[in-house]
Amino acid sequence: MILHPAYLLILGALPLPWLKQPIRSAWMLLLPIVGMVGLWSIPDGHYALLTLYDVKMELLRVDALSRVFASIFLVATMLAVIYALNLRESVQQVATLTYAGSAIGGVLAGDLLTLFVYWEMTGLTSVFLIWARRSERAYRAGMRYLAVQVLSGLLLLAGLIIHYRGTGSVSFNTLGLDAPGGWLILTAIGIKCAFPVLHSWLQDTYPEATIVGTVVLSSFTTKLGIYALARGYAGTEELIWIGAVMTCFPIFYAVIENDLRRVLAYSLINQLGFMVVGIGIGTEMGVNGAVAHAVADILFKGLLFMSMGAVLLRTGTVNGSELGGLFKSMPQTATFCMVGAASISAFPLFSGFVTKSMIMTAVAEEHRTVIWLMLLFASAGVFHHAGIKIPFFAFFAHDRGYRVEEAPLNMRIAMGSAAALCILIGCAPELLYGLLPYPVEYVPYTTAHVINQTQLLLLSAMAFTVLMRTGIYPPELRSVNLDFDWFYRRLLPATAGTATRIIDGARNGVLAPLQRGAATALRIAQTPLRAQGWLALPWTTSLMIAWTVLLLGALLLLALLRA
Amino acid sequence: MNDRPSWFEDPAKVTRLVRVLYGLCALMFVADLLYRKHAHFGFENVFGFYAIYGFVACVALVLAAKLLRRILMRREDYYDAPETRETAPHREDAH
Repeated sequence: MILHPAYLLILGALPLPWLKQPIRSAWMLLLPIVGMVGLWSIPDGHYALLTLYDVKMELLRVDALSRVFASIFLVATMLAVIYALNLRESVQQVATLTYAGSAIGGVLAGDLLTLFVYWEMTGLTSVFLIWARRSERAYRAGMRYLAVQVLSGLLLLAGLIIHYRGTGSVSFNTLGLDAPGGWLILTAIGIKCAFPVLHSWLQDTYPEATIVGTVVLSSFTTKLGIYALARGYAGTEELIWIGAVMTCFPIFYAVIENDLRRVLAYSLINQLGFMVVGIGIGTEMGVNGAVAHAVADILFKGLLFMSMGAVLLRTGTVNGSELGGLFKSMPQTATFCMVGAASISAFPLFSGFVTKSMIMTAVAEEHRTVIWLMLLFASAGVFHHAGIKIPFFAFFAHDRGYRVEEAPLNMRIAMGSAAALCILIGCAPELLYGLLPYPVEYVPYTTAHVINQTQLLLLSAMAFTVLMRTGIYPPELRSVNLDFDWFYRRLLPATAGTATRIIDGARNGVLAPLQRGAATALRIAQTPLRAQGWLALPWTTSLMIAWTVLLLGALLLLALLRA
Repeated sequence: MNDRPSWFEDPAKVTRLVRVLYGLCALMFVADLLYRKHAHFGFENVFGFYAIYGFVACVALVLAAKLLRRILMRREDYYDAPETRETAPHREDAH
């Protein structure tokens, strides 16, 4: 018997609102565990094949690539459930489980049509994690989020229809840009992966979600995109440049952003960039690196969002300009946050060190100098904004006088587990390497690698310190920084408003004189017909005869001329 | 929770910590003497390449970001609907 983990989570979430505590908590904890057992009891292969009209579908495919993504998604679900145990709100609980289930269904889908269904479900279920904040602002953010997710789904649908018409198959394997519908499907994936210009839904809406919501959101949607990219577009040259731009531009925003969860959203785009580059390189090392880094990122980015969520819960804000000195009140949260920071910065012994370096090596082996230098710049930059800025402004900097409680126990357990996994991967990388789609020969712990990475990071830390102590470092300010979402949040509505005004003005300026002119012409034309008009007066018989003769004469003349 | 001024709030100790950091940086810089590089690129063999690159990259990043602020920064309520502006700052207590 096959126990499909996606069905298990989605169907298992439905009875939640009717379960009483503590059964509800126990049930939520049980689901991902059973799901993991179910996943690993399925041997590699294709299952649930069915033919709908002429379309051959494959509802479940298990191979190394889908297994590693489904596994880390289940781990992320488990961590999120633990983190959310203090919640008594069934909306977020149901949304979390159905959303996780949809993402897992997506990575286990063997064909594009099944993928499309789960693709849309991830958007529809996850928007409740934003709306659950129950504010006008969150409502608007949720609508923007949903619009973008649905658009991505429509592009995927259009692409898969063209693909089916061109090839007669919807099976989801290597596509590439030359496949029919290849560009459309890549754009759909690009939205989920936050390609430049398509990215702004992520930093716009993730920080507007609830405390638990942002943690959950950070794990699934983007990594489902990375999975689809690895499956369909490995070795696509364009991705190398797209990814390199993704690693670099968000770090500038992250330095000046005040909302620390938005800083993390920018650094999420930056980390996705590394994965996109790895997939674009397309060698075994590159794809392995991308997948490994996706696993590591789910853990350390989740951990960082969890720590900022705990700060938001206790202090009511995550603005850098209002925070500081929290390490006294929340020492454990601060420690977990720093483990996450060390992992994302790729310090030796932490997870990023053994995963990101695979991508760097893959790039170096292809001798792509400019790309490699961009990634190295981004590596230094990510330490700067995520590794130092997040813990520094939240837990150290100036003491703002918060004397709050430590995060709730369940949150600390979730953060502690994520932190432990980050260190475990960093110290025993072969555990993760064994799960990757291709065999790994890479050795992360060489003298040169350890020293070079430590040099890069320590000197970056020194740059931060020097800039901070000389007062050059830009202070945290309450502000909004314009990004690409400006185009649809400001320019588009403004253009629509201006267009409406211009059309209104045109109507008044052109139509009104025309109407007035028409009325005058009508009046003039009607004048002779009115009671005393010259046309309406009685005519004398002689005048009538004169006119008739004139008319007949003219006709006769014309007839003669024609002959 | 305690209200005693802690270790990180004593300027003298922070200065000492910063000196330790600078010392470590100097040590790491000369650590290039200790091993042989297996470089993929020629420039990696420059003495202290990673250290110099890290420092320069971060300073450049911060200075560029500071400049970007002039172009990109707007009031916090920039995107809010006109009718909801000038209200209390965006806060929340729990979930």
